[in-house]
Amino acid sequence: MIELIIWKTDYTYMSKEEIKTAISELLPTAVFDETGEWLNVQIEAGEWKDAALKLRSLAGLSFNFLFCLTCVDWKTHFTMVYHLRATASLDDIVVKVKLDREKPEIATVSDIWRTAELLEREVYDLFGVIFLEHPDLRRLLLTDDWVGYPLRKDYEDPINMIKL
Amino acid sequence: MVEEIGKTVEGDLIINVGPQHPATHGVLHLVLTLNGETIKKVEPHLGYIHRSIEKMCESLSYRQFIYSTSRMDYLSAHINNHACALCVEKGLGIEVPARAQVIRVLMDELTRIASHELWWGAMAMDLGAFTPFFHAFRERETINDIMEETCGARLTMNYNVPGGVMADLHPNFQERVKNFLKLYKLKIHEYDELVTGNIIFQNRMKGVGYLSKEDAISYGVTGPAARGSGVSSDIRKLYPYEIYKQLEFDEILETEGDSFARYMVRLREMNESIKIIEQLIDNIPDGDFQAKTKAVLKLPKGEFYQRVETARGELGVYIVSEGGTTPYRIKFRSPGFSNLSALDHMARGGKIGDLVATMGTLDLVIPDIDR
Repeated sequence: MIELIIWKTDYTYMSKEEIKTAISELLPTAVFDETGEWLNVQIEAGEWKDAALKLRSLAGLSFNFLFCLTCVDWKTHFTMVYHLRATASLDDIVVKVKLDREKPEIATVSDIWRTAELLEREVYDLFGVIFLEHPDLRRLLLTDDWVGYPLRKDYEDPINMIKL
Repeated sequence: MVEEIGKTVEGDLIINVGPQHPATHGVLHLVLTLNGETIKKVEPHLGYIHRSIEKMCESLSYRQFIYSTSRMDYLSAHINNHACALCVEKGLGIEVPARAQVIRVLMDELTRIASHELWWGAMAMDLGAFTPFFHAFRERETINDIMEETCGARLTMNYNVPGGVMADLHPNFQERVKNFLKLYKLKIHEYDELVTGNIIFQNRMKGVGYLSKEDAISYGVTGPAARGSGVSSDIRKLYPYEIYKQLEFDEILETEGDSFARYMVRLREMNESIKIIEQLIDNIPDGDFQAKTKAVLKLPKGEFYQRVETARGELGVYIVSEGGTTPYRIKFRSPGFSNLSALDHMARGGKIGDLVATMGTLDLVIPDIDR
């Protein structure tokens, strides 16, 4: 019943180049950026759902664990940031999707990674990003009648303790 | 509420658990849809203790923001601080002195034991046994005293700073930790005798709140909750930070996936933490407890992500920097939030009486979920 696992001390993760080769065959339109800690993959908003399905079912390197989902407001546009891990080989990638700030819409991935359902609700609540075909898109942390999206850079809090 | 009642089938019962409920250990509000005694749906309503720490951090400097994270998962406050300090150090390329690294790991493991002990006492209390709570607090109190002496606080330690730790260890530290180890070894068998071996307890835990390995991964469950389902997810092993690579300890895995498996993982994990402390307590290297850093820290432009293993699972700190003195955007990937998302799936089809056992073994800390 109880398994004790003795681990090896040296881990061999795939290099960014190897992951890049594996993914670029699947997603020919993706733009890669290797400057950060992990491989960054830039994907167009319209192609995201399709790409997510492909990444999830990639043979030998299935990115089955979405460990972080968030959004960054760059004032001119939003960037959705998805941190993915392949639990079999422990490789990570970061997927970024640019969104129009006036009309932030992106397909939901809550049917691919179930954890995304609550995480997307949080992003909707705090950034106002609309997740198309999300099963239950409501405010999560704030009250239902809250006006505005607090984590946007242009949000002005009516009760600002610093400015009072 | 009225709308939700409209959606359900006739004969269904909707009840509220919380926001003030003794078994949620905080302000968690669950709306249950019941058919008789069987749970059809669990819907968490969050935000009762939402302070928007992520927004607050955008106006705090890299030295200041660490302290707000103690208020997230207050039971592993030291490990939260550790994650933030590591993330800032990663951005600045600071090398932490060996002494500071050992102190940090020692404190991490003490925090982990304290957190698991509180969980064990509260877990048994939720299921109707009051005595274990006092037994757990007897040992936990010793750890809190050790923390108080060195860090100056019992719960929100705020002991980590970028570059090391804030102050050197108290002269009594080693002796008191050794006393704690003696006490722990003398008393740990009581945990099994009081609770683990109890047949009533086992009947309430076994086969309850089942979570399969695939679901655990899909729901983003980490920490002891995932390891109870056989998912290897210990960040200390998978992506070692600080000196964890050189230490000998095991990752505890159980494959049953029920509440009892998750219970056993936590109980056995405490022994692994004891192992780590024993390896380090006589081998604290001499030297500085803090690297020399500039008074004003400026992270270079870019993105930095650091994950650590807290008592509840994987905590990720994601900093987006524009080169200024404050973070442009900060995101905390809190373990409690993802673990909670699996609760609906785990509780469905079970009895309402089992919900407390399922929720208890997820070890939810509400400020960690709401942030």
